[in-house]
Amino acid sequence: MRHFEYSRAGDVGQAVANHAAMQNTAFLAGGTTLLDLMKIDVMRPAAVVDINRVELKQIDALPDGRVRIGALVSNTDLARHAKVVADYPVLAQALLSGATTQLRNKATTGGNVMQRVRCNYFRDGVSPCNKRTPGSGCAAVGGINRSVHAVLGTSEHCIASHPSDMCVAMAAIGATVTVQGPKGTRDIAFADFHLLPGDTPDKEHALMADEMITHVTLDAPLAGAKSAYLKLRDRASYQFALASSAIIIRLEDGVIKQARIALGGVGTKPWRAPEAEAQLVGQRPSPALFEAAASAAFKTAVAQSHNAYKIPLGQQAIVRNLSTLVA
Amino acid sequence: MADHDNPETPHACPSCPPPEPAAAPSRRSFLMSMGVSGLAVTGGGLIPRGQVQAAVPVAAESTAAPVAATPLAPGEQTVTLVVNGAKRSINVPPNAVLLDVVREKLGLTGTKKGCDHGQCGACTLHVNGTAVNSCLSLAVMHDGDEITTIEGLAQDGTLHPVQEAFWAHDAYQCGYCTSGQMMSAVAILKDARIGRDDASVREAMSGNICRCGAYKNILAAVQSARTNMPKVS
Repeated sequence: MRHFEYSRAGDVGQAVANHAAMQNTAFLAGGTTLLDLMKIDVMRPAAVVDINRVELKQIDALPDGRVRIGALVSNTDLARHAKVVADYPVLAQALLSGATTQLRNKATTGGNVMQRVRCNYFRDGVSPCNKRTPGSGCAAVGGINRSVHAVLGTSEHCIASHPSDMCVAMAAIGATVTVQGPKGTRDIAFADFHLLPGDTPDKEHALMADEMITHVTLDAPLAGAKSAYLKLRDRASYQFALASSAIIIRLEDGVIKQARIALGGVGTKPWRAPEAEAQLVGQRPSPALFEAAASAAFKTAVAQSHNAYKIPLGQQAIVRNLSTLVA
Repeated sequence: MADHDNPETPHACPSCPPPEPAAAPSRRSFLMSMGVSGLAVTGGGLIPRGQVQAAVPVAAESTAAPVAATPLAPGEQTVTLVVNGAKRSINVPPNAVLLDVVREKLGLTGTKKGCDHGQCGACTLHVNGTAVNSCLSLAVMHDGDEITTIEGLAQDGTLHPVQEAFWAHDAYQCGYCTSGQMMSAVAILKDARIGRDDASVREAMSGNICRCGAYKNILAAVQSARTNMPKVS
């Protein structure tokens, strides 16, 4: 690992100031992405601001029914929190389906939101990659793109899928990302936080210079709804999703009143599927209806050379999850 | 080589000093005595330059010996860790990884380096009682933290119930992943939030890869140790 300047921040203000004091600075939380990528020389910060001592480890139920999660709450603690287990099972399940016990113990809420893609061409340090070296091209297009590449939201410049499970659940739940920077704090809708690759795959999120995530606030849970996360992958544990679905659904007298569907493993960002949701609302559950919703979710899908299977697989991730939820 | 490792073997080399009576069977101490300079050269990549030579004399000492802080080299800072109950102050550069510091500067080589990227679990140790991958931590992040390594599990010469169970169930073949497996097992058995059934244990242990495939016996060992775990207050 290259040398870098290290500082430890005691509060958010100090963290932001330290970050702004130098060019090419990274915030260090759990380190499970950053240190991994620094070891393979893909991320090369000149300075690292350690925010682990900042007091952002609380989970608070807000009076309006929302739940505010500190950026440094570990994935383990979030998944096991009584409120999350009771009111957001889809989030608890998504978190526990990701990584491993040890990694979840280190990984943080803010860090998970910020995690980088698993594309081999991004990680290898030498292949053309517009995320790593803007303008160099994308080796994944036409390369090996079976497992960690998307069919939704891709561009000719980048096709890497977003790797997070947690974010898929948050996309379904609805959330707000609170950030603090030199100019103060602001809220960003979760749906607007991650950016599509487009012509600028190196721009992955809506953070501005020296801004730091301080909280993620979940929308209030839908009363009377059921939710679940279904993750399909090459092995049963410790593997990134080939396709996953986070679904929240509420029925009344046998009719679907509300539905929220988000997809993982298939999109270049945590992928909300409003077209699929629209198919369901006002209808009675049936296999044909679920197939129609799944089909709508992938209407704009574009298969790459090795991942065409993700389109039917992703559809099945929706159908199976829905079928289990309404059974 | 077996002669060097077996204290029961008659001392066969007339020109060699007699073995230390209390010496642990140690391939490592043999290597250390044979090639301090060689190790310093070949091992130079792990903890950044200048650190390895300082590390070797420390590593050769008893693991229980306190490590005195030495003058700071440029770019270094002093970090105090409570390692297996003993306070250890060490000087490290910011990019020194906790795993490498534990092994090279503290001489606690029971914690293993496998993939070095959080994918295999061989480096699992406890930070303030929580199991983490030490390969994905910087030592400077842990100033003041309590670190427990595999060397800290046994108490007063008595193996931890998890160590006993791994032994009894033959829960290893080559042994390289074993210390990480046991550190994960101890943390899992203490964590009431993790289910007691086999499926939950398998899932919770899935961050520890065993290339020999001893998973069946590892699972049996973990479940068997459950009944003998020290009561958590």
